[in-house]
Amino acid sequence: MTGNGATAVIGKDGLDALIRALAAGGRTVIGPTVRDGAIVLTEIAGGDELPYGWGVELEAGHYRLRRRADGAAFAHSAGPQSWKTYLHPQRERQWTADRGADGALVVTEEDAPVPSYAFLGMRPCDLRAIAVQDRVLAGGPHTDSRYRARRERAFLVAVECTEPGATCFCTSMGAGPAVDGGYDLALTEVVDDGGHRFWARAGSEEGAAVLAQLPRRPADPATESTARQRVAGAADRMGRTMPEVDLQLLMRETLEAERWNDVASRCLTCGNCTMACPTCFCTSAEDVTDLTGDHAERWRRWESCFDLEFSHLPDGPVRATGRSRYRQWATHKLGTWYDQFGSSGCVGCGRCIVWCPVGIDITEEAHALNQERAATGGVGVPPREASS
Amino acid sequence: MTALHADMAPVPYRVVRRRDETADTAEIVLEPVSSALPPCRPGQFAMVYAFGVGDIPLSLSGIDGHRLTHTVRAVGAVSRALYGLRPGATVGVRGPFGTGWDLDTATGRDLVIVAGGLGLAPLRPLVAAALGAPPSFGRLTVLIGTRTPGDLLCTRDIDAWRANGADVHITVDRPDTDWTGDVGVVTTLLDRAEFVPGNAAAFLCGPEVMIRATAREFAHRGLAPDRIRVSLERTMHCGTGHCGHCQLGPLLLCRDGPVVAWTRAEPLLPVREL
Amino acid sequence: MTAKGPGFLGDLPPGHRERLLTVAREVSFPAGMRIFEEGGVADRFWILRSGRVALDTHEPGRGAMVVETLGEGDLLGWSWLFEPYRWHLGAQTRDAVAAYEFDADQIRSAIDEDPAFGLAVTRCVAAVAIGRRLRAARTRLLDMYAPPGTARQARSGGAAP
Repeated sequence: MTGNGATAVIGKDGLDALIRALAAGGRTVIGPTVRDGAIVLTEIAGGDELPYGWGVELEAGHYRLRRRADGAAFAHSAGPQSWKTYLHPQRERQWTADRGADGALVVTEEDAPVPSYAFLGMRPCDLRAIAVQDRVLAGGPHTDSRYRARRERAFLVAVECTEPGATCFCTSMGAGPAVDGGYDLALTEVVDDGGHRFWARAGSEEGAAVLAQLPRRPADPATESTARQRVAGAADRMGRTMPEVDLQLLMRETLEAERWNDVASRCLTCGNCTMACPTCFCTSAEDVTDLTGDHAERWRRWESCFDLEFSHLPDGPVRATGRSRYRQWATHKLGTWYDQFGSSGCVGCGRCIVWCPVGIDITEEAHALNQERAATGGVGVPPREASS
Repeated sequence: MTALHADMAPVPYRVVRRRDETADTAEIVLEPVSSALPPCRPGQFAMVYAFGVGDIPLSLSGIDGHRLTHTVRAVGAVSRALYGLRPGATVGVRGPFGTGWDLDTATGRDLVIVAGGLGLAPLRPLVAAALGAPPSFGRLTVLIGTRTPGDLLCTRDIDAWRANGADVHITVDRPDTDWTGDVGVVTTLLDRAEFVPGNAAAFLCGPEVMIRATAREFAHRGLAPDRIRVSLERTMHCGTGHCGHCQLGPLLLCRDGPVVAWTRAEPLLPVREL
Repeated sequence: MTAKGPGFLGDLPPGHRERLLTVAREVSFPAGMRIFEEGGVADRFWILRSGRVALDTHEPGRGAMVVETLGEGDLLGWSWLFEPYRWHLGAQTRDAVAAYEFDADQIRSAIDEDPAFGLAVTRCVAAVAIGRRLRAARTRLLDMYAPPGTARQARSGGAAP
């Protein structure tokens, strides 16, 4: 999707024109805006709804908006939601079943049309998160057809990261701060003496066509090099890091670590991290009937592996303790995701750290596990899985 | 109706026969109302939907063309609803899902099939397949452990298995006054099985405690761990690898299981609450 | 180290008891600590001096199930003596435990080198640890304290074929 060569520099008017052009093309444009003390994702109609002049102050269990003097629109990092809210909605009907008078069963797959979204302001980490969910929901032997339909119809406008938060660690996960394909348009915001502008590159034919409709000027070397410097600088200002080890192996070798007891003593098993995480995909099936009893519906809704019911078997839950539920979440995200889907499940966006009510920090836990493994010299570590 | 994807939305099947297997377990035989699922292999499972209640994974305890047999124990809302169905009732079926026993990988070998409790159900079509192709395999031994004599499944099949050359041994944990057979756990039957460890394949299904003990015993007796295949159970909501419930460490059991080689399962099963 | 009292050591002839104890390490474990896991390599064993240890297994959905507990004087672990030298159960301390710890390799070598010592230790493991516990487990299978009527199946027994 990259490299078709179309580049330009657009201004705030170009960004506004982009939103209008995408909406005129029949797309539902979703972008960041300030609401209820946070930068949230919502449907936007014009550039004036973007969070110009707002930044965020992030820490474990802490999120505050703060004013920025430079008026930048995208100098904030991940907010409470991610784009999965739109592509993999919280609750969706999958099919309905009707029972006729003769007892016959008629099953109808959900066929409500899916919206055509345009996502504006996707951070590279979130772009990566979508690629991760693509493999889970549309890359295996079975495809979630409604996810795939939404995904195929979505137009992605990425904005490279120039202002990482204190909880960001995309560099450790190889997911940012620069974009690496997978977008229709990529923007890099530059605010300096040369004005407030965006270095724009098309990543698809459709992206190039949209870019061609916007008020723009040719990309100049100064804007481009400043943009690149800002992004490169962001890589050096990540607030968090992961230990520089094979995380998949670390997770596999520390399943019985004492640290899980430590984190379990703090974890409330509320599942906030799983809701905020842009790659967490787990769902439960929900069956409902109407009052006649002859019309039934199958819904699927987001589910959290922190829920005791998540691992329920007839005799009880497999993961009865908070220790095993946190361990499941973290080892899946950082380790067994590779086995299951060929990549890490973590993109380093830091949402799980920010939105944890008790400030549990997955990078801190990974460092602690790494230290414990080193300190115990691998003693008590279960045998490695032979086949991977 | 043919437009339905059998992996996401259920296909209507009719109950054509139902009979009690034990006090709380019934066998239901299903036939497609019109379109059918793709062919199913022994060891695989289907998601069976009771109208308005929900669906659960049920292994195939019999496969006869498009005719599917399931053995269902009434333990939850959906299984109670399915258990209570009578011939003529309609259910929805999705699938087939997961890995099979892959009997063809054991061609030429002695086969030892070990079942604990309800674990005999998914092994039943494997026994049928092995007996259906006798020249392809060595000796066939079936070892069955149940809680009480009254909990024994497939009682009608066992005589036929023996008549066709299978060596079948049964043991119970809790005998009643009429029971004159073996008493003890199923691992104690391993000494009765005749097989050449270097040229045998084992197929195990039952509670994990039983699977762990039996698989270790086979490995200790010289069976290559990759020729010991075990069927595992976890919660499943979708069957398609999308819901996340059936994870066992690196495995998604609806996709990578339920049947996995002992080489995969051995390091995972000792980890409590994995 | 003194060697006295009932249990495993008390059943070992004095000379062999002294020999075993010369290679013992005194160890202590806090309450709630897992000493070994099912399936793990049985490379050590213990003789408990105080405190209790629970032997358990686990089944998904049922969690850990305690099979029996061991206390003062008991031998913790016999899988080290027989191939494939893997624990059949897990072990977790119930309270603070003090024990003599032995290296399985070392004792196995001593058994091989000194048949008299080997026979004494093997006998003691068979009689005290395995035999006594097997008898107890069989009795427990009978579910003697079950409410009247509920345990008939278990008691009625069955003849061997």
